[in-house]
Parts: sequence; structure tokens; C-alpha cells
Amino acid sequence: MSRTTRLPSSLFRAAAVTGIAALTLTACGSGSGSGSGSSSAGSGEVKVGLITKTDTNPFFVKMKEGAEKTAKAEGVKLMTAAGKFDGDNAGQVTAIENMVAAGVKGILITPSDSKAIVPAIEKAKAKGVLVIALDTPTEPESAVDALFATDNLKAGELIGEYAKAAMKGKTAKIATLDLAPGVSVGIQRHNGFLKGFGATDKDVVCAQDTSGDQAKGQTAMENCLQKAPDINVVYTINEPAALGAYTALKAKGREKDVLIVSVDGGCTGTRAVKDGKIAATSQQYPLKMAAEGVKAVVTYAKDGKKASGYTDTGVTLITDKAQDGVTSKDTAYGLENCWG
Amino acid sequence: MTATSTPPSTSSPYAELKTPSTVRRLLTQPTTGPLVALLLACVFFSVSTDQFLTGGNFSLIVQQVMVVGTLAIGQTLIILTAGIDLSCGAVMAFGSIVIAKMAAEGSLPPLAAIALGLVVCGGFGLLNGLLVQKIPLPPFIVTLGMLNVAFALTHIYSEEQTVTSLPGPLTALGQTFPLGKTDITYGSLVTIALFLLLAYALSSTGWGRHVYALGNSQEAARLNGIRTSRLTIGVYTTAGVLYGIAALLLISRTGVGDPQAGQTDNLDSITAVVLGGTSLFGGRGSVLGTFIGVLIVGVFRNGLQLMGVASIYQTLITGVLVILAVTVDQISRKKAR
Repeated sequence: MSRTTRLPSSLFRAAAVTGIAALTLTACGSGSGSGSGSSSAGSGEVKVGLITKTDTNPFFVKMKEGAEKTAKAEGVKLMTAAGKFDGDNAGQVTAIENMVAAGVKGILITPSDSKAIVPAIEKAKAKGVLVIALDTPTEPESAVDALFATDNLKAGELIGEYAKAAMKGKTAKIATLDLAPGVSVGIQRHNGFLKGFGATDKDVVCAQDTSGDQAKGQTAMENCLQKAPDINVVYTINEPAALGAYTALKAKGREKDVLIVSVDGGCTGTRAVKDGKIAATSQQYPLKMAAEGVKAVVTYAKDGKKASGYTDTGVTLITDKAQDGVTSKDTAYGLENCWG
Repeated sequence: MTATSTPPSTSSPYAELKTPSTVRRLLTQPTTGPLVALLLACVFFSVSTDQFLTGGNFSLIVQQVMVVGTLAIGQTLIILTAGIDLSCGAVMAFGSIVIAKMAAEGSLPPLAAIALGLVVCGGFGLLNGLLVQKIPLPPFIVTLGMLNVAFALTHIYSEEQTVTSLPGPLTALGQTFPLGKTDITYGSLVTIALFLLLAYALSSTGWGRHVYALGNSQEAARLNGIRTSRLTIGVYTTAGVLYGIAALLLISRTGVGDPQAGQTDNLDSITAVVLGGTSLFGGRGSVLGTFIGVLIVGVFRNGLQLMGVASIYQTLITGVLVILAVTVDQISRKKAR
């Protein structure tokens, strides 16, 4: 630890750190393709920001893909960012600030926390940036200029109506595998399902949170079966949770006589519908949300017209066992339009 | 651990005489490497984007890192004693919910709510310190447990609800004042002041020298008459109070009390400490190094975003930098032996 030996190590540290930093930068510069030109001309080019909840969820990957395609077609530059985990409000706040600093014309955001993000959005709007919420509304909804999203209540209603029809008058023992407390998307789908089924929370024999995660969905279903072995209808917040439930039911040999319905319409989930693991799912369209969002920012940049209000980006019931009185499309259509 | 915590007393007393020049002394500072890395990153981003090299952007970066920065000061103190704190982000989140709920929904005046938050966070620190010192338990285990305790308490007490409509004084530190053409956030000044204060305390007071001695060898420190038990508990408690200040900064920055906050901040603060050249084995490093480490992360995140590089690359780069920093620390230790 003498000073003479520390001299080279300190220099080595400096050289090595900067060297690797430069290398990594070069690598990621080429990795992000057109996104990282060294001249981000401030004036002429229109920039659009997209901030998702996470980088890794296939739903948001598809959303990004839709935004990239449209941005290319419209000749604008897309900047993307995401929180580190679902619920990372501070990360999204930082992303908004950086994008405003980079001079974006508009920001499309999928808020991780509907309430907590509002002050940051207001600051961005005060600087003349158009802010559009995708997929998840803010609270209050008026905090953003516009909302492009699935009608989650309707998505729930569709599978509720379907489940009611498919039960054909049998007494229902319902389990709900929900998202997480206090998240509006999860609450709306849950309530929509009950409304469509004509049931209330009193009729639910087991309700568990899954964070939309397959492993947690499996655990939740296992515990529900312990509690109430005669469960015959399972509502799930999304298809990963549904597949978890299916695994748990299969282990008990119950997969044939329990009806699983879900929301989302991811490609893996739609294939699970085709395979008969899930009876039906409400498919939503993240690509469309992002594409319309980018177009709205382009319009704003061109003639200053701001998008406003709520735009329903649509939801379709996907099943191969159609029920009378319930409008649905088959999995061939579902697989053509799925995301992920 | 035992092999690496050799006390530095083996260094030759003549080494000082061989390298008298100021330049040499600067080069041997453990913060020199991180500082050079930070400056080079700044140069790179200044060349790459038009918006990086502006006063407003630098003010923004400091504002963005003030919360993790304040946590990282506490983390540095604990790591210098050869400990680690995994609970800092969760303790901060609990503190912020206590402050926000007490002031917004409870009947406490804002200043009393803030004081309560600091006491609560300090209490967590005290508890950590007592468990580490008195039972004793490994810091990793104690703070891992406390992470879950604080996380759960946050969610129970907040009922999973974000607290909005905070009274003005709670967000005062998030307000800005103009300095020339740039807007500076008051909270940034608080963070910088805390860094300077703790840097002074560590480098120029008896307490600071004792912290380093404790990190190098607790036994040797004890034999030298340092009251190691009281010192350790004091360090954890000080860190807890710093997390309370971070809680206040967090509220002022986001304008809400957010039960989801701080979930990766424990790892982010450790990242900053490591990038700043502080050794995870204790006894070596500095708070100013941590400040540089915090800025490195902030500058990369901001700069890459301005360039339009996707955020996943920030994670990639941070990971590479951390492994590199620890590798360099280890190599320099081997060479020193």
C-alpha cells in the first residue's frame, strides 16, 4: 500500500474506466441504429419521446416497435426510455426531464404510477410539450393532453360475458388472479369481468395478486385451490398469470373442467388460447396506441393542433369456442394481430 | 476478507519522501480515476449532443442525482466501516410516506412531520447499528431484514396509495432559484452541502479517522482505544438520518409521497460508492469520490438520453463500470501487498 505502488494503479484505473466507457458507448451507438447520430440538430428535426413502464415487458417492446415504425415513416426522431421496474416513478420523472432538455415536441408515456407522475407531466406541458398517455390513464385523466388506450373495463366485460355464456347456467365458483393493489388497469379489468359475468365481489371465492407474473400466478392458483377446491371459473389479469393458473390446475388434473379467461392478447397468450389452455382472451393493441401517439405529435409539430380526450384503441375477444350472443374472433385473427 | 483488510501501517515511512510533488499526490488519490472518467464522459457527451453542455442541463443532472446522492453519503459511511446497507432505499421510502401522510392527511404541521420523518429514519439506522454491534449480526443480514421490514411498513401505512396534494413546505427544496440563466434547485444545494460537511468530518476530525480505522480492522481500532461499539452505532444512525433527508428531497422532487419509491436505490447507492473508488472491504475511499460516482451515473443516463440511446444501455454501461471499478480496486490491493 505504499504510495509508489499506488501511482500506476490509480492511472490504470483511470485509463481502464474511460477506455471501457468509450468502447461501450461506441458499441451501443451502433446498436441503437439510426437513433444516435452525433448531430442532433436542434431546430429542424422533430423529436418524439416514448417512456414505457419497463424495457423488458413484451407489451412495451411491441409498443416501441410501433412507435419506431411510425416515426420512420413520418420522418421524425424517436427517443425512448423506461423505468427500471414496474412502479419506478422516479425513473420516469428523470426520463421526462431529459427528453424535455433534449427538445422533444411531444412525449408518449405509459405511467407507472398514475398519480405520482402528474407533477412531472405538468412541468413538461408548461414548456409546450404535448403529453399523451398510452395504455394507462393518469389520475386525474386531464393531467395529460390525450389518452390512447384500451378500454380496460370493456376488455373485462367481454371475457365476463363470455364466461357467463360458457358456464351455461352452472353455479360459478370464481377465482380472480389480479394485478396489484391500487393499479387502475387491474381494477378496471377485474370490475369489468364481474360486471360482464353479472357477479359481485361476494361471489369471488378467492382473489389473489399476481403482478401479472406467471410464477406468481401459479402460486396464487395453488393457494386458491387449497382454499376452495371446487373453483370452476378463473379470471386472470393477463395471460402469463393465466398460464400459471393452468399449470397449477393441470397438476391437480383439473385443467379440463375449469374455465380460464384473460386479457391482453400477446402472441404467447393467443397461442395458449389456440391450444385450449385458455378459453378466451380480450386482445388489445399496443402497436396501434404508439403509432397513433407518434402521429398526434407529428400533427402538433406541423400545425400546432393538440390531440385531446380519450381515443379507444380497440379490444377484441379471441376464442376458438365461440358462444352464442357473444361477438368474438378466432385465434387465426388473434395470431395475425397479436403482440410480443 | 481477512487477507484484504491488512492495515496500511505496512507502508514505508520513506514513501512520503520519495513522492513529494503535488502532482504525484493528486495522482495517487483514489478519486483521481473516477474524476478522469467523469470528465471524459462529459467531454464525450458535449461533443455528441448540442444540449449537454449547458448550465441548465448540469443543474438538471445534479437535481436528478440528489436523492441517490444523499443516500450514498450514508452508504459510504457504512461501507467505510466494512459494512453494507441494503435497507437505505426502503427506509427512505418509509420516511417519505411518514412525512407526506403526516403533513397532508394527518394534523401535523409540515416542519413537525419532517422532523418525525428524520427521527423515524434515524431510528431505523440506530436499530441497524445495534443489531450489527450488540448481537452481533452481519450487516448484510441485518439490513436485508430491515429492507423487508421498511418496505412492508411503507405499503401497510400508505395502504398502497400515493399521497398527493402536499403542503408547500414539503416541496420547498424542489423549487428553483435563478443563477444567471440557469435555474438551481434548493435541494441540489442541500445535497452538495451534505457532501462537503461529511467530507470534512471524515478527513479532518478524530471521528473521521476513527471510522477509517474501524474499517481497516475493528480489533486494531478497539485495541487502540477507539470505542468501536459506540462508533459503529453512531455511523448507522447518522446514515439513517441522511436517509430521512433523502426522503424529504424525494418528496420535494416528485411532489408526491410514493410508496413504490426507492426500490433499486440501495443498489444504486452502492453503485455510486463503488464507482467513486471506495473499497467494499472498508477503510479506503471518500465521500467526495462517491459524489463523483453519483455524477458518473447521472451524466451517463442524461447524456445517453440526449443522444437518443435506449435506456437499457444505461444499465449495461453501469454494470460494466461497476465490475471494472471493483476489479481495479482488487488489482491495486494485490499490487500494494
